[in-house]
Amino acid sequence: MDVEKTLQSIQEQMADVVDARKDKLSMVVFSGDLDKLLAAFIIATGAVAMGLEVVMFFTFWATPALRDKKKKGKGKDIFAKMFGFMLPKGPSKVTLSQMNMGGMGTAMMKKIMKKKNVSSLEEMIELAGELGVRIFICEMSMDLMGFTRDEIIDYPGLESVGVASFLAEAGDSKIQLFI
Amino acid sequence: MSDITVDVNMDLKGLACPLPVVKVSQQIKKMDVGQVLVAETTDPGAHSDFPAWAKSSGNEILDTVKEGNVSKFYIKKVK
Repeated sequence: MDVEKTLQSIQEQMADVVDARKDKLSMVVFSGDLDKLLAAFIIATGAVAMGLEVVMFFTFWATPALRDKKKKGKGKDIFAKMFGFMLPKGPSKVTLSQMNMGGMGTAMMKKIMKKKNVSSLEEMIELAGELGVRIFICEMSMDLMGFTRDEIIDYPGLESVGVASFLAEAGDSKIQLFI
Repeated sequence: MSDITVDVNMDLKGLACPLPVVKVSQQIKKMDVGQVLVAETTDPGAHSDFPAWAKSSGNEILDTVKEGNVSKFYIKKVK
């Protein structure tokens, strides 16, 4: 009946429980659609306003959305060149997940957004950078699609990582999302 | 209408989600505890966003005044 020992053990367990989940939001951004990317950034920036630290892991179809339309990737083989041509080059080129209607739907949506003063995707990405939202790019997706780091936008603190790095962040986050 | 002493005025009219709360949270960081800011917004989601933000950031909404489609939130920095 060692009360002190039991008390200490309980205190240590409490410390684990209390520190377990940080005020952090980790998001997997998998979709390359304009509407889904916008939602991801609105949630990310909103989360910063609510006092959360935010990590966004860009993988698969979301990866092309971070391309800089002014830059050109070097040293690509035929497949990489094909991917580069077929996939959108940056945030201004991504389209709606529905009702794209050959580009008309996306154009209309952008027009309405501008009219209602809703920030564009490019503006949201810039805001996210200013607010300290961390962006991780999936190395594997980059490799598969043949994108190189030199064609990616200038985003503060951008890191190329593997899934374990993301999972480490997600592991102690209060909120985890898949978009 | 409200006789609260205001230290900072924020005209956020025309800004859409999530900008109103983002800007308020940035401004609050620069203020001292006890100071009050008033945020004017036309964002339709503000009526639920501002209280939610205040709750999670630990700050206090002293008053909410609605004039047409403009809502004024008087916010006091508590911590």
